[in-house]
Amino acid sequence: MSTDKLIDRHDVSDNPMEDLDCSGLLCPLPVYKAAIVLGRLHHGDLLRLITTDPGALEDVPAMARQRGDRLVSVSVADGHQTFILEKGSLQ
Amino acid sequence: MTQPHTLTEPTAITDSAPRKKRIALVASKGTLDQAYPPLILASTAVSLGWEAGIYFTFYGLDILHVDRFEKLKVASLANPAGPIQLPNALGAIPGATAAATRVMRKWMRNSRMPTIPEFIDMNRDLGVRFFACATTMGVMGVTEDDLIPGADIAGAAAFLDYAADADVTLFI
Repeated sequence: MSTDKLIDRHDVSDNPMEDLDCSGLLCPLPVYKAAIVLGRLHHGDLLRLITTDPGALEDVPAMARQRGDRLVSVSVADGHQTFILEKGSLQ
Repeated sequence: MTQPHTLTEPTAITDSAPRKKRIALVASKGTLDQAYPPLILASTAVSLGWEAGIYFTFYGLDILHVDRFEKLKVASLANPAGPIQLPNALGAIPGATAAATRVMRKWMRNSRMPTIPEFIDMNRDLGVRFFACATTMGVMGVTEDDLIPGADIAGAAAFLDYAADADVTLFI
């Protein structure tokens, strides 16, 4: 599924966005740090998470599933993964 | 027939929070390399919104030992996948374990991984439950004062009581 379709399904362009750069960090640190930031966001807020750990491509979607957050988009470029996550209502 | 009023009142059910998933881990090894996995898994589990508990038993109790958790080592003997790969005849020479340990510490530092004491702090701050095996303490002469604060001294029944409600249970 393309990133555009994901965003079209649910427009989040006006939601507040936080940035977290976890470049150079290995598991469990990107998930650990992302969960701390997500924990203080409000339902519907966005987190832009940047990682370089190849495992993050599996870990971040898994984190979103388990926490009840929504993975809005993933993009990969120049060895960096950029995830947009929307804080859910469960955690 | 008239029912007493108290019996006809609807029961108040206010505790509707969904049950959290739970991981119950056993940490049975006291080497530097084997101390990381339970601490990584427990901190990740809480980050996912789960509950996590670790039962530290036998050599794994060193991970909670205030005099030992900063000095965990990697074996150079009979450890063919270790940081320095030596034939066993050389792995037994004095200084080989210290050398292997230095290499692993360097790997971890260069990868920006937390130290074991830092991981313990992270886990404690996240609310990971630490069980210290009471039998190990008795057998090895470890006292409560030897352990980092916040560990629950408990036996197998207490851990199994916790693990009975776990979704994931792993022995490391």
